[in-house]
Amino acid sequence: MSRSVPSLLIAALAALSVTPGFATAADAAQVNVYSARKEDLIKPLLDRFTAQTGIKVNLVTGKEEALLTRLQSEGLSSPADLLVTTDAGRLARAKEAGVTQGVTSPALEAAIPARYRDPEGHWFGLSLRARPILYVKGKVDPSALSTYEALADPRWKGKICVRSSDSIYNQSLVASLIAADGEAATETWAKGLVANLAQPPQGGDRDQIKAAAAGVCDLAIANTYYLAGMLGSADSGDRAAAERMGVFWPNQDGRGVHVNVSGAAVTKAAKHKAEAVKLLEFMAGPEAQAWYAQTNGEYPVVAGVPVSSVLAAWGPFKADDLTLARLGELNAAASRLMDRAGWK
Amino acid sequence: MADRLAALPRGGRSGWGPGITALALVLALPVLVVVGFLFVPAGEVWQHLVDTVLRDYVANSLLLMAGVALGTLVGGVGAAWLTSMCRFPGRGFFEWALLLPMAMPAYIIAYTYTGLLDFAGPLQTALRAATGWGFGDYWVPQVRSLPGAAIMLSLVLYPYVYLLARAAFLGQSLCVLEVSRTLGNGPWRTFFAVALPLARPAIVAGLSLALMETLADYGTVQYFGVATFTTGIFRTWFGLGSAPAAAQLSALLLGFVLVLILIERLSRRRARYHHTSQRQQAIRGHRLTGMRAAAAFAFCLLPVLLGFLVPAGQLAWWALTIAQTAYDAAFVRLVLNTLTLAGVTALLALLLALLLGYGRRLHPSLSVRAAVRTAGMGYAVPGTVIAIGVLIPFAWLDRGIDAWMQTALGISPGLLLSGTLTALVFAYLVRFLAVALQTVEAGLGRIRPSMDEAGRSLGYRPGEILRRVHIPMLRGSLFTAVLLVFVDVLKELPATLVLRPFNFNTLAVRAYELASDERLADCAPAALTIVLAGLLPVILLSRSITRSRDADAA
Repeated sequence: MSRSVPSLLIAALAALSVTPGFATAADAAQVNVYSARKEDLIKPLLDRFTAQTGIKVNLVTGKEEALLTRLQSEGLSSPADLLVTTDAGRLARAKEAGVTQGVTSPALEAAIPARYRDPEGHWFGLSLRARPILYVKGKVDPSALSTYEALADPRWKGKICVRSSDSIYNQSLVASLIAADGEAATETWAKGLVANLAQPPQGGDRDQIKAAAAGVCDLAIANTYYLAGMLGSADSGDRAAAERMGVFWPNQDGRGVHVNVSGAAVTKAAKHKAEAVKLLEFMAGPEAQAWYAQTNGEYPVVAGVPVSSVLAAWGPFKADDLTLARLGELNAAASRLMDRAGWK
Repeated sequence: MADRLAALPRGGRSGWGPGITALALVLALPVLVVVGFLFVPAGEVWQHLVDTVLRDYVANSLLLMAGVALGTLVGGVGAAWLTSMCRFPGRGFFEWALLLPMAMPAYIIAYTYTGLLDFAGPLQTALRAATGWGFGDYWVPQVRSLPGAAIMLSLVLYPYVYLLARAAFLGQSLCVLEVSRTLGNGPWRTFFAVALPLARPAIVAGLSLALMETLADYGTVQYFGVATFTTGIFRTWFGLGSAPAAAQLSALLLGFVLVLILIERLSRRRARYHHTSQRQQAIRGHRLTGMRAAAAFAFCLLPVLLGFLVPAGQLAWWALTIAQTAYDAAFVRLVLNTLTLAGVTALLALLLALLLGYGRRLHPSLSVRAAVRTAGMGYAVPGTVIAIGVLIPFAWLDRGIDAWMQTALGISPGLLLSGTLTALVFAYLVRFLAVALQTVEAGLGRIRPSMDEAGRSLGYRPGEILRRVHIPMLRGSLFTAVLLVFVDVLKELPATLVLRPFNFNTLAVRAYELASDERLADCAPAALTIVLAGLLPVILLSRSITRSRDADAA
């Protein structure tokens, strides 16, 4: 308990605070980003942006809701200029919470289809994430598959793997079903799906793929970039499991496969608005769009950007043309519906 | 810090009460903010919760706690007794090795075992390859289940019970145990009738830490798909979009904690457990031979093997497979960030725990006790909830300062506290103060009040008594407190995730980002480094306990 302890603590904290690049001067060319995309899946792009423009990017990653809460409580004093999320529902919620602002950019409006961005320019989708049905090749005849709705058919009893309803991906999927079929029909569907599960929901999307490949079930519902990630994995077990799976695009005769976007919004408190818009434009540009498709197995939002050979092999698909803001509006209803249906 | 206390006016004990209460209330602020949400109407979300999932949350949380209590008690107390009172081959190794699982974050062990034992994992795949069975041809217990979660948590949490139980056993006056033996009680009866009741406050303190960690766990239960209060809070907040209802669930969770704390208090109140003898002989230990020695060996080996060697081995294997790319300058930076944060927080937590624990001893008034208790409740609150409790008042203060500076001085300083390391360290303190406090209070409880009186009769002021009498006597407990908090901060994830500044990461954040992306092999270097960084303090801890016993005996 010597006298030097407090001064030692202060010195240690001070040493940490001078982390290189710690945001201090407000007017240097820089932009501050709150990102729900993991560091690995955004930092390389941000580094490219800095190299090209000389604008420094400061980054904090975290979970959407936590970042949104941070943004809300910091109010107009917030240092954040750009909020990056991995689904449209949360972007819509950020707009509703009043922490975003509309921006106009002819480049963004030209590049990104209208249904993947906010009509008032509050947020922009930057990559597409599809959630189709995956089947075990050789075990399931893809012609037996048709729609998400048909997964509730008793013929699939004990044959389906899907993760917990805690997952935003499942919440969004159910929200899209509510939008298409109404709440009552979707609840009946969810009960049927739960009755068809091979095991209680557990693990993540990759775990559903592994379980299916190992014989626990015949069908799995998972986002395609997980399958792409496993196909390119260093782990031979992961690769072998992924190679057993085929991709089936459901509802192609109807509304199309369920898709969501990752995207970004300029904050209301933004002190570097011009730089933030520049970063958005960079992320909607050809280089960044191709990077999403190559590195993370996501689909570009911009038409005409080439995808990787893995994605190309799964063929083209028709995506649900639901306005994505609806997913956010229906999220709470979807969560409750899954609670009632006993989807753990 | 101690100097400032010593500067209090002589006999000015009246300054302690309000001072301690104020300090404790500042530390309790985040928890109080959460409880404050009780008064925000959450509408019919509650009806929905009651109708559908609330019963599951309560039942699963209780079952999980029961499982962890059983696992940590049997493992922790049994191993503590064997290593402190018996001699058998390998005892010297187990003394410290039994603490190793403490360095392993629960979510990491959960990921590792799932990777190992899952249907698609290497064990079952080998089994199928050897026997030709397919899915459904054989039965194996599911890792990802409630019992699985209880086992995972027990494996990493039993060291809390072990640590405190062992310190208590070693601190017990040998005379008492020998009296029991001379009265004709066998070793088992001596254990159950004498040693166990005497060590009960320490064991209950360790158990309540383990159970609070269990209640606050999110990573493991979420990955295993077990619906508990914590997963419920996140689901209500994120899925149902109702922050008030989520905060109210957290407040209900605090009710659980309050009950735990009350039980612990009650068990302590029934008796006083001060040392009566100054002279303690070194415990020579009961020599075990043959089958008994083998059984003792196996009993101690099992938790070390399952809680540390197997998962650490798997992590090391994964880390090796990607060794060329993982370690660079950024990784070194991560390690430095993590260690500095953990070190600073641990020392601050110690200072605060000493002040609060001693203040409570000086002034056991209702308001002081209640305030200190509330300040220690953060331990059972999930890190994210604490983070929100920190975020709201800090941001409010910052906005106020910002607005005032703009009108008064025409300059805008932006946010002074939010998004800084100060906010983060404060959150850690709120979350982990209980660990330091429990340890310090358990130590203080063993010092007879007559020592205070003796100090006072020598004309010492309270601060001097603390510095000259208590701190030297408490050295072992203080060291334990620092190291426990250090290891906990190393592993902390959710609060760090929410509160950290720009361009600042820790090992836990890095490991989580990769693991939650289901890239287990890629997360191994960071996870393994957390474990390795936690090893040194854990070993120091173990040695200090053994040494303190030797020093007492000398």
